[in-house]
Amino acid sequence: MLIRLLRTYLRPYRKPIAWLVLLQFLQTCATLYLPTLNADIIDTGVVNGDTGYILTYGALMIGISLVQVVCNIGAVYYGARTAAALGRDVRAAVFDRVQSFSAREVGHFGAPSLITRTTNDVQQVQMLALMTFTLMVSAPIMCVGGIVLALGLDVPLSAVLVAVVPVLGISVTLIVRRLRPLFRTMQERLDTVNRVLREQITGNRVIRAFVRDEYEQQRFRKANVELTDMAMGTGNLLALMFPIVMTVVNLSSIAVVWFGAHRIDSGGMQIGDLTAFLAYLMQIVMSVMMATFMFMMVPRAEVCAERIQEVLDTSSSVVPPTAPVRELRRHGHLEIRGAGFRYPGAEEPVLKAIDLVARPGEVTAVIGSTGSGKSTLLGLVPRLFDATDGQVLVDGEDVAAIDPQLLARTVGLVPQKPYLFAGTVATNLRYGNPDATDEELWHALEVAQAKEFVERLEGGIDAPIAQGGTNVSGGQRQRLAIARTLVQRPEIYLFDDSFSALDYATDAALRAALGRETAEATVVIVAQRVATIRDADRIVVLDEGRVVGAGRHHELMADNETYREIVLSQLTEAEAA
Amino acid sequence: MAGPMGRMMAGTGPDHRSLDFKVSGRRLVAQFKPERLTIYALLFCVVVSVGLSVAGPKILGEATDLVFAGIVGRQFESGMTKEQVLAAMRERGDSEIADMLRSTDFTPGQGIDFGAVGNVLLFALVVFVVAGLLMAVATRLVNRAVNRTMYRMREDVQVKLSRLPLSYFDRSRRGEVLSRATNDIDNIGQTLQQSMGQLINSVLTIIGVLAMMFWVSWLLALVALVTVPLSFFVATRVGKRSQPHFVQQWRSTGKLNAHVEEMYTGHTLVKVFGRQEESAKQFAEQNDALYEAGFKAQFNSGVMQPLMLFVSNINYVLVAVVGGLRVASGSLSIGDVQAFIQYSRQFSMPLTQVASMANLVQSGVASAERIFELLDAEEQDADPVPGVRPEELRGRVALEQVSFRYDPEKPLIEDLSLTVEPGHTVAIVGPTGAGKTTLVNLLMRFYDVSSGRITLDGVDISRMSRDELRAGIGMVLQDTWLFGGTIAENIAYGAAREVTRGEIEEAARAAHADRFIRTLPEGYDTVIDDEGSGVSAGEKQLITIARAFLSDPVILVLDEATSSVDTRTEVLIQKAMAKLAHGRTSFVIAHRLSTIRDADTILVMENGSIVEQGAHGELLAADGAYARLYKAQFAQAVAEVD
Repeated sequence: MLIRLLRTYLRPYRKPIAWLVLLQFLQTCATLYLPTLNADIIDTGVVNGDTGYILTYGALMIGISLVQVVCNIGAVYYGARTAAALGRDVRAAVFDRVQSFSAREVGHFGAPSLITRTTNDVQQVQMLALMTFTLMVSAPIMCVGGIVLALGLDVPLSAVLVAVVPVLGISVTLIVRRLRPLFRTMQERLDTVNRVLREQITGNRVIRAFVRDEYEQQRFRKANVELTDMAMGTGNLLALMFPIVMTVVNLSSIAVVWFGAHRIDSGGMQIGDLTAFLAYLMQIVMSVMMATFMFMMVPRAEVCAERIQEVLDTSSSVVPPTAPVRELRRHGHLEIRGAGFRYPGAEEPVLKAIDLVARPGEVTAVIGSTGSGKSTLLGLVPRLFDATDGQVLVDGEDVAAIDPQLLARTVGLVPQKPYLFAGTVATNLRYGNPDATDEELWHALEVAQAKEFVERLEGGIDAPIAQGGTNVSGGQRQRLAIARTLVQRPEIYLFDDSFSALDYATDAALRAALGRETAEATVVIVAQRVATIRDADRIVVLDEGRVVGAGRHHELMADNETYREIVLSQLTEAEAA
Repeated sequence: MAGPMGRMMAGTGPDHRSLDFKVSGRRLVAQFKPERLTIYALLFCVVVSVGLSVAGPKILGEATDLVFAGIVGRQFESGMTKEQVLAAMRERGDSEIADMLRSTDFTPGQGIDFGAVGNVLLFALVVFVVAGLLMAVATRLVNRAVNRTMYRMREDVQVKLSRLPLSYFDRSRRGEVLSRATNDIDNIGQTLQQSMGQLINSVLTIIGVLAMMFWVSWLLALVALVTVPLSFFVATRVGKRSQPHFVQQWRSTGKLNAHVEEMYTGHTLVKVFGRQEESAKQFAEQNDALYEAGFKAQFNSGVMQPLMLFVSNINYVLVAVVGGLRVASGSLSIGDVQAFIQYSRQFSMPLTQVASMANLVQSGVASAERIFELLDAEEQDADPVPGVRPEELRGRVALEQVSFRYDPEKPLIEDLSLTVEPGHTVAIVGPTGAGKTTLVNLLMRFYDVSSGRITLDGVDISRMSRDELRAGIGMVLQDTWLFGGTIAENIAYGAAREVTRGEIEEAARAAHADRFIRTLPEGYDTVIDDEGSGVSAGEKQLITIARAFLSDPVILVLDEATSSVDTRTEVLIQKAMAKLAHGRTSFVIAHRLSTIRDADTILVMENGSIVEQGAHGELLAADGAYARLYKAQFAQAVAEVD
């Protein structure tokens, strides 16, 4: 997954990556050249007591160091740039995809999870890329380069290196390969421990009320023991790594000196080469170590990449039309024809065979119990979901065929949870109609019974609104959300239980004003309060995802048992009459 | 490894500072007391191991010297002494070479003494192997000590959480307790795991290497140390330069995350209002800003590593040149220079490690401090031992002149008396803040009364054990709590015994939750997380009601239990509840008056005291506070409609 993600999103950056590799190559060569020069200093300068030679070569070494640092910084430049660009591109891809999702996919992942995937997970992948570019790319170069230079110094002695590198590589790889799944399991167990704790904190009242302390303690202890066992095992394995590497290096130093002595004795090489050789050894080993440490970062990034890829591989269940209808004839005629909705894998559908017609100038109400599918039904119209059976028609056209922008302009939905964006009252109200004048905003506020409290806010319509609208009360939020849709001036108004947080007096005043405002429009109101809907032109009663009755209040009171039950749960017999 | 790197790359974490580093640090160390033996053993291993590995290069240097002595020696004829050879050289005018060879211990005419070299190398071999073994043992011991200590600390925190009074959670923000219990503990674990072994190791290595360097050549040691302030300079300069970029990166990240959060949470609205394009445009702008800021931050801080390497290289060159000159002048052997080069490499690594660890340790101690604060918080009063229990649990509840205040300044409940007979249903109504929920808190002993007493079947509840008391009371709260698990498991939580799937489904049916559960992708086996995504507030309440149905209490407390459920379902649930409540004492707190009309007694609370008490009809007739509340909710609505 990680590889696939990187391969796809790094493709446009082949050029900077090529530069990066080149610079890393030069940088590495320079680093490796230093011990060679050092060997010359010893062999020619020191052995012959030539001070001038020593100083000249010293200066040369400084020069090489300068080349090295310049190349290295250049590599860091390209690395940082490319990694940041990778992060930007993946983030944009994920965001684009989520924007295309329908409410169903968003519900499937959950908004918090999608947020994490877009922000944190991408960040992790970006970090890994950065590490790779700045530290890991040079590791194999260093390794190969070190061996090549060693061969240049003395071929037979290089046999030591050729023997050491695989030994080191294999032993480290063996450990890392065993470590990786362990790390993953450990992370999972850590998550479990944290989850249990989190639940115990948020649910402390319930736990104490049900006297489940003992049980919770057991649950936690089990998670804690499992985590500790895992951490201990992982740690013990990890504990081997560094000592093994160091011992291998040290033993090979001994081998270098021993075999080097024989080579020197037979005149095959000079004494200074010994020092150079030891330096190469150190560098090669360091690069191998660095690479393995990097590999430890991989599992975490891999999980993140998987989670990102999962989003990218999910396509929206709501597909925009290929040949969209760009104009609608009639104005706001809504018809739902035999529509049904079922989550894949669910035992029962949320909605089945719903028929409903709402015409301009009419108020249609939908009433039903919690979970009867009312909100899902409304969501079918602006295509938050697509019906899995049947059709939803606006002005005779299937909503699936209508241009999404046109559909958004035609249908105005006030959702159950009134969400406001960070900004001001005005920016929120203009959300659906950026060109609305201040007068229009105030008018909408007046209709929505929000004028009074907005006037009282410091700054009026320019008063700040916090993210989610948390700085105004639930009832105020609902009224602002209603005003926002009024400013939009759609032809079809859908109110999804939008009056629930209002007290009865405000509810009544709002509906009266709304009635005048939307007299020409098609209005569909979903509500739980009988008082809210009882003078609707048509009341549709929903129960367990089916229409069980439709008609006016008095008709339904007479012959619909479900409706009667709902009404009588709120009003007394006399009040309902 | 990901830890410190990640931290370094991410810039400054949330809160690094501790209030009192010394005290908290010491207390954190004290946590290791039970691991004393392990710690002693590990210290011994580390000291010996570091000592041995530090000695290594010097030993290898001796071997190199022997080799050099061999190649020098074999150039001269045997029979002469070293002094004679050197004197002969000076006469020839090769005084420079003679100077150099002065420090070499060669015997003319004798080649490399492989026996001696072998012995030295064999010694080195033993030293290195023992050092490696001891290091492995030490690291394992660290691992053991840290993990066992972390286990205990986690356990301590968990136990503490169950002993804290509820007022603690109500007072401090939940998020903060949560972050202490999870993030801070994790942070300590990571810090200890990464720093303990390495820190000891690094510090000892620095000392050892430094000692060896001075022993081999104090002049070279001073030369090597010259670069230390240089690296400090580089580190602080780079740090200072990249700091504002990191701040910018954080800001951009914050902005972008906020936008993403808004667009995802308000996804429906973006769709409904057709604002995808604007949202995408805004995202693109912020994404570009983050790209720019992120690049600058990473580049500016990323320069650190090359620069440090450069400093280390300069150090290397200096040692090579000065060392070379010293060898040439005969005051240092070639093996010593070789050893020295290895030392100077070994020296810079632990130095950077210690420097980078300073931050880590600081944040670890800060976390520890927060944990200790939590562990030091005052616990709730212990249960009386032995707890008194009513002879027969019938459910008669009496409040006798109960007063309570959360804040000593503000009385919340004053002098409240009330008797509820077994099997009666009492409804409590009143405006927000009237003290309705407080009453439940007192009954459940989430809080204890400030004065007066509450009795259950004649026994003062403060003399009962909390568990005993609560076991008799079933409770459904407004804020629903579900844990990560299947819906079936969540319902079964209510019963203190094993329950069958049949019983679970029956409870769900009674709570009218069965139908919606069956529309979910996996039905009863649908896993819900603790945020309960995919399940609406009303549906969550239905699940918690089903849970209460499964527990079998004498007293039932419903605190706004059906506030998010529609009224018809509520009535149906209440009918089921009525069956359940039969013979049980019930307390019902409700906002909607429609649901409490049938209660035996309705208490109207205002400002912590009961202002009215009676049945629905009586209270309406009395035309007091209840009648006013009732009218506000119904009469007006009805008048409006008709």
